[in-house]
Amino acid sequence: MVCESWKGKLELYLDGEMKSDEMRAFDAHVRSCPSCAADVLAGVQMKRAVQVAGKRFVPSNEFRQRVQRSVAAKPRRSVGFSWMAASAVVAIVFVVGLAAAYIGRERVRTQQVYSEVADLHVATLASSSPVDVVSSDRHTVKPWFQGKIPFTFDLPELQNSEFSLLGGRMTYLEQTPGAHLIYELRKHRISVFIFPEEGLRGRFGDSSVTKELSFSVETWSRGGLRYFAIGDAGGGDIDRLAKLFQAVNP
Amino acid sequence: MRVARLDVQSDSFEELAMPLFDQLYNFAHWLTQNREEAEDLVQETYAKALKGFSSFQLGTNFRAWMYRILRNTFLTSRTGLRATMTVPIDSEEDGPESAIAGATPETILIDRSSEALMQRAIEQLPVHFREILLLCDVEEMSYQEIAETLSIPIGTVMSRLSRARRGLRSRLQEQLQKR
Repeated sequence: MVCESWKGKLELYLDGEMKSDEMRAFDAHVRSCPSCAADVLAGVQMKRAVQVAGKRFVPSNEFRQRVQRSVAAKPRRSVGFSWMAASAVVAIVFVVGLAAAYIGRERVRTQQVYSEVADLHVATLASSSPVDVVSSDRHTVKPWFQGKIPFTFDLPELQNSEFSLLGGRMTYLEQTPGAHLIYELRKHRISVFIFPEEGLRGRFGDSSVTKELSFSVETWSRGGLRYFAIGDAGGGDIDRLAKLFQAVNP
Repeated sequence: MRVARLDVQSDSFEELAMPLFDQLYNFAHWLTQNREEAEDLVQETYAKALKGFSSFQLGTNFRAWMYRILRNTFLTSRTGLRATMTVPIDSEEDGPESAIAGATPETILIDRSSEALMQRAIEQLPVHFREILLLCDVEEMSYQEIAETLSIPIGTVMSRLSRARRGLRSRLQEQLQKR
């Protein structure tokens, strides 16, 4: 029977999944067949009833705002500020203020990036879980970043050096996603940050170690990526770690 | 080395994801049947999606991607595991009997007071049927989109949907007889 074949396709018709020529043929059939017309009507009512009944649960405003905040906030300086981090921020604001008074705008921007890097370093170490991937194995840490940041880089072999890798995390600097690696050297923590150069404002050369807020900082650029090594270890230590990175990322 | 930079930032994640908030919450609440768990599920979904956003391919279906994350998170949660374990794995081999044919409880659905009746019937459906029915009739997803969300072939979408509707009808009928 003609009707039987149509009835088998009733759901496709109701869900709007029929090809347009078949849809027209079905329409024509329904107009001349009271039995199929009744089925279509029943099906439409059923779909409509599910739709009305299904729109049932509404999230609270408070919950919406909570999620909104969590996706809007850039995940930097997120976790519990210790007094150290807080005082570092105060000092950073002070230094940035001084810099603005003395030097030009470009320098200020550069300085802001340094400050922010120092800020990220301090805030991360103050956090209860500083790293997202905990491993001393560079072959574990490097792949972890795949798909999380829009670039790739190599990590140095540390077997015969005094440095050890503690782990890594994703970070943001001026809305640019980057990698944050944490190394240990005689109880000193050293952060290495890597960001795409074009995402950063300010002008950086390849500097030797400078002092920023009593931290030693070294920055350099390789293959379109900007590296920062920062920590409270001595300038020579920071420089040795920087050299290890430069050797594997020519 | 040239650095490939994605134009994907969390600003655009927020713009894409927040408009889906109400419907994702509604779906989560239907799955978990509990406000607190639904909130946890939605929160976790957004956190995972934000974290993995750089791996999302622009131009592909963002809505299906979000629903897939939510659903996978649910299925691996304690409630999700319980919901799927207490229900027999749905076999797709039932006959082609139309979901619409037979006696018509539909007439009672015109009555607004029967909304609660319908809600109870949807609640009682096994989770695999409940979700596909909601994706089709409430979220108005196409079969293709449902297939992407549930990671199943389109043929399975059709047969499962059909069985879900049949299940819904028989539950409605049971409830009507009780009235």
